[in-house]
Amino acid sequence: MNDKDDMLRELYQEVIFDHNRSPRNYRPMPGANRHADGHNPLCGDQLTVYLQVSDGIVHDASFVGHGCAISTASASLMTEAIKGRPLAEVEALFRDFHALLTAARDEPGPQRDFGKLAALAGVREFPARVKCATLAWHTLHNALTGEASTAHTE
Amino acid sequence: MNMHTLQSAPATRPALLQRAADFPILSRPVHGKRLAYLDNGATTQKPDAVIEAERDFYRHSNANIHRGVHWLSQHATELYDAARTSVQGLLNAASADEIVFTRGTTEAINLVAQSWGRPRLTVGDEILVTHMEHHSNIVPWQLLCEQTGAVLKVVPVEINGELDMLAFDGLLGERTRLVAITHVSNALGTVLPVAELTAKAHTAGAVVLVDGAQAVAHTTVDVQAIGCDFYAFSGHKLYGPTGIGALYGRRALLDAMPPWQGGGDMIRTVAFEHTTFAPSPQRFEAGTPNIAGAVGLGAAIEYVRGIGLERIAAHEHALLEQATAALADIRGLRLVGTAANKAGILSFLVDGIHPHDLGTILDSEGVAIRAGHHCAMPLMTRLGIPGTARASFALYNSPADIDALVAAIHKAQRMFGTRGA
Repeated sequence: MNDKDDMLRELYQEVIFDHNRSPRNYRPMPGANRHADGHNPLCGDQLTVYLQVSDGIVHDASFVGHGCAISTASASLMTEAIKGRPLAEVEALFRDFHALLTAARDEPGPQRDFGKLAALAGVREFPARVKCATLAWHTLHNALTGEASTAHTE
Repeated sequence: MNMHTLQSAPATRPALLQRAADFPILSRPVHGKRLAYLDNGATTQKPDAVIEAERDFYRHSNANIHRGVHWLSQHATELYDAARTSVQGLLNAASADEIVFTRGTTEAINLVAQSWGRPRLTVGDEILVTHMEHHSNIVPWQLLCEQTGAVLKVVPVEINGELDMLAFDGLLGERTRLVAITHVSNALGTVLPVAELTAKAHTAGAVVLVDGAQAVAHTTVDVQAIGCDFYAFSGHKLYGPTGIGALYGRRALLDAMPPWQGGGDMIRTVAFEHTTFAPSPQRFEAGTPNIAGAVGLGAAIEYVRGIGLERIAAHEHALLEQATAALADIRGLRLVGTAANKAGILSFLVDGIHPHDLGTILDSEGVAIRAGHHCAMPLMTRLGIPGTARASFALYNSPADIDALVAAIHKAQRMFGTRGA
């Protein structure tokens, strides 16, 4: 056992394994009115995020694709976290979650209750893996803003 | 010991090298663990001999080359030229003038594409590559095709990682102007029969470029025996510094090629009306080159030649056999690339664990591997996988590194709950 093993346990928490083995909302959505593709060329992770948005509310969210445990679990947790939320809250969550993962070590990071998403905070200690955890979120952002057809993290 | 003795006594393994002590970085722990550096396909570590050569150059010999009348400039020029002679010896080129220093393999291939290819190729001409090329032996040709109207043709790869030789014969035709092939696949370790492929290409009237990035540190290379027209490699995969590599080009071809970058050191005379160029290889080395890097590369070449590339190859082959057997014993592990003739590269997949996750967990045990597509995305697509985990060996690796690799894979399987009974 060493510090690295502690960090590794922080990274690979049971909730991550659970969502990797059984991703939630893992399905295409024929009735989606927003969708975007995400791609991490570095590791080959690829996913599509589907949204059903009306009256400023994300009524439904799903994804399909393939990736590592971190990216799959992050996408799965994300769909759970944003379903039923107003767009403004979803955008705020995207910003806060991104800040949580990219905050410098000596910074406290955003103060909010991340719920199950807090399980992904351990990624902070693994700079090479931050892109894995944020891929789904960048893709979500693109689906909402229509900025680009494919989100890239590399 | 001759080969016959080895073959008749299979219990006798070739003597493993004990040279890790030459590489200072290998004694540093990573995450409190002994470093098992198995990412040599990406870059190799540097022996003291190379580190000291670069340091000595800056402390005792630094000056610009080819232009100073002062002693130090002449001294630096001599060291730079000696490095070129070392490269000539490594590749068994007929002349040191056939060696052009570049930043590495990528720049060497781009040089050939732009200087040899661009003025010569035209609409409908064909460039033949294999499906297992590194992006650096694909993209320069794609750019060249866009510039000239030439067409890129791809020789398919068998599922075990061997080249489809019949398809090669079929694709080679009278429009084939250039065949660009890797010597050793960086993703799978497959060793291609480059001499045979070159002979066939020459019969068809094509020029041949061999990408030797993954070969030079692991096998003897003789460009005259291969017969190829161009051979490219990087110093940093040969225990040398980054930012230095070389292109071998047959003299007649180099002499007929225009410069591809203009500047100082590549000219004979400059006037606004007309500029004349230096002969090769200077013609292709515009601007002040990476002099210290070349000196470091020369030191790296003398280091490996001092050990002997045959011994290094035997050492790595023994490690490859041990590692192949050890990994094949791991339940849920699948080797990717099982060609009969392989260099020291092992690509693999573990059921239920993405290569990227595997890389992170192995790292926590001090085991450094590569995870991903290895800059060979077309090959990964062909194999129907997003990427692999890759362990690649060098002369300083030992059976202890393989033990660490196996133990770390077991740890990953325990963490992911995927370890078979």
